[in-house]
Amino acid sequence: MADITAPAYRIIPIIPVLKPGAMEGKGPFVASDKINEAIGFPGQLVDDWHDRAIAKMAELLSKYRSLKVYMDACVHCGACSDKCHYFIGTQDPKNMPVARQDLMRSVYRRYFTLPGKLFPKLVGARDLTREVLDEWYNYFNQCSECRRCSVFCPYGIDTAEVTMAAREILDSVGYGQKYSNEIIGKVHKIGNNLGLPAPALLDTLEGLEEDVKEDTGIDVRFPIDVKGAEVLLITPSADFFAEPHIDSLIGYAKVFHASGTSWTLSSMASEAGNFGMFIGNYDQLRKIALRIREAALELGVKRIVVGECGHAWRVAYSFWNTLSGVGEGADETDRFAMMLQKQLDHRYRQPTHICEFTWDLIERNALTFDKSANDKHIITFHDSCNVARGSRMGDLPGGQFEIPRNIIRAVANNFVEMAPNTTREQTFCCGGGGGLLTDDLLDLRVKGALPRMEVLQNAVDEHGVNFMATICAICKAQFTKVMPIYGFDRKMVGGVHQLVSNAIQLSAK
Amino acid sequence: MNALFAVLFYLATLLFVVGLLQRIRTYAVTPAPLKIPTTPAPTTSGGVVLRMAREVVFFESLFKANLWIWSMGWLFHASMALVLVRHLRYFTEPVWGWVVFLQPFGIYAGIAMLFGLCGLWARRLFVERIRYISTPSDHLMLLLLIGIAVSGLLMQFAAHTDVVAVKSFFLGWMQFSIQPLPADTLLVLHLAAVAALLAIFPFSKLLHAPGVFFSPSRNQTDNPREKRHLSAWAAKLESEK
Repeated sequence: MADITAPAYRIIPIIPVLKPGAMEGKGPFVASDKINEAIGFPGQLVDDWHDRAIAKMAELLSKYRSLKVYMDACVHCGACSDKCHYFIGTQDPKNMPVARQDLMRSVYRRYFTLPGKLFPKLVGARDLTREVLDEWYNYFNQCSECRRCSVFCPYGIDTAEVTMAAREILDSVGYGQKYSNEIIGKVHKIGNNLGLPAPALLDTLEGLEEDVKEDTGIDVRFPIDVKGAEVLLITPSADFFAEPHIDSLIGYAKVFHASGTSWTLSSMASEAGNFGMFIGNYDQLRKIALRIREAALELGVKRIVVGECGHAWRVAYSFWNTLSGVGEGADETDRFAMMLQKQLDHRYRQPTHICEFTWDLIERNALTFDKSANDKHIITFHDSCNVARGSRMGDLPGGQFEIPRNIIRAVANNFVEMAPNTTREQTFCCGGGGGLLTDDLLDLRVKGALPRMEVLQNAVDEHGVNFMATICAICKAQFTKVMPIYGFDRKMVGGVHQLVSNAIQLSAK
Repeated sequence: MNALFAVLFYLATLLFVVGLLQRIRTYAVTPAPLKIPTTPAPTTSGGVVLRMAREVVFFESLFKANLWIWSMGWLFHASMALVLVRHLRYFTEPVWGWVVFLQPFGIYAGIAMLFGLCGLWARRLFVERIRYISTPSDHLMLLLLIGIAVSGLLMQFAAHTDVVAVKSFFLGWMQFSIQPLPADTLLVLHLAAVAALLAIFPFSKLLHAPGVFFSPSRNQTDNPREKRHLSAWAAKLESEK
């Protein structure tokens, strides 16, 4: 780990030359028998992995239109070829989105298309050998499922969908990744990704109440498992004790306090993150999402609000209604969804992002801020990939870009943008998303952060930026880890609600 | 020769139509269990129609990605559309007025199409990244299209063929009656290449044409909170509980 260094900035952001094989290797740690079996996967690589993998691929092709169309539609035009942060940072050609997809497409062609069966060489089709399987494991664990490539593809081919399918196939033959699968085990067993048991959680929340009291002199509560509360807050478990995440949790609590909202956390669903998405497994995605449904039904809440977490917001916004009925517009005959939807208050969006919640209050003048409390910061905003390209906030497309920025401008005086081709829908991944936030992938994470670090450096040089706000637990954890390697202060990273927390006036109303 | 080409075109057309319909059917019946539009995405179906139209007519995403691929790719596709329209005159009698009007433009389009194809091929040959991802079939596909364009243009500008006879061959072909076809090498090459293109269409990357309309990241409405989206196989999981 000591030998991991940051790659040099490109003078102008030119497209790097290829370094074939630069990131060849065994990939991240493979999950142990115990980890795999705990979540229903074979313990280790099964003997008939070849046949099982092809059968799984056939199953996925029949269940997911995305995969089916994406396998056929690519014309190798190269539009995506220079768009991936991992390609830019590693120069390994297999990290070009099209080449990453082709790791699977070549196998698809061989087993599922006529030309691939007849003339494999001609169309670049190959047998699924052990080498190919190992290559899948290595390179499909070098994709953060950030969807940046899908913005530029003329057919909207989303490498994330291909990566998810590949990981699902790998899991089905007992070749899972330790980090993601271990976390999924923890969320089922303990209730959150960090494995924080309920008593420890209660302690932490009590400690927070004391801290805030000491800081502000005001009794801001951090309630948990309160039946009949109006709002259930689902937030990434990192918010409970990781730095700088916890400062945003304090921010949410202050917003709830200032607006007089009755709210609660849930010890059963003390995690917004859903790593089921990262491994492309619908059953896990659904099971993890159902915990929130159960908690909402049990506590009888009227609204569900989601904290600052990128992929969790994508799952909540885009998938919760499908998976667990958190949303509206279910069929009258849909008893499963109606059970919950009748309970929820549909004057509000279900689920609501904490930024939507806060911005609604700001628009109604229900909050007061002392903007000068953030004057020490010159702030920029890093759009998190899953929020930017897999979700929305507010009523208008692109609200996921405007609302967090509006909040920052409402609570602070100094806000500047980074280069426009690296923000909003074209934002770069932090380098640690998609189930890659593990130390055994630190080299990849550092290299993958390169394009973001370059434009941040520009913003620092041009505007003196000293704070990069973001609304994702993974972004926060990744940046605090890799930014020192690029020579930045790790404290430069923080949440939007950390800024809210600094400026909000609790005694004013 | 005449019969051979007639049969060849029946077979190629059959493969093209049946193969393509079968493929489209597969795309249509395969469920999309989750809402995955690449956002920001339209929130209404009217908005989705506009997004798809911009994508299909102007190649909006490609424009954002790379101006060289976009300009060459768009030039090729738009020109080819005009060239195809121009060729309608071989299949209609009398020729429709708007097709007559577009005839001269179709000739220029033929040249532009060739230019676009050469640009795309140059990119594939000389840009390291694109060369890396190209398979032999990617090169052959461009060669085939270039062959079609060159043979067509040569018949226009160098060695004229008897277009009246060609027209009567295809009018007859459409009525299942075999008419004589001029035995010019260029014409034979041109038609054989077109037949080959028709035949491989449903088995190759040319499926990008129907595929784009079925791409969930482009054709889905961004309304997951407002409306519950549930595929049949996902709904089954709920009844099992």
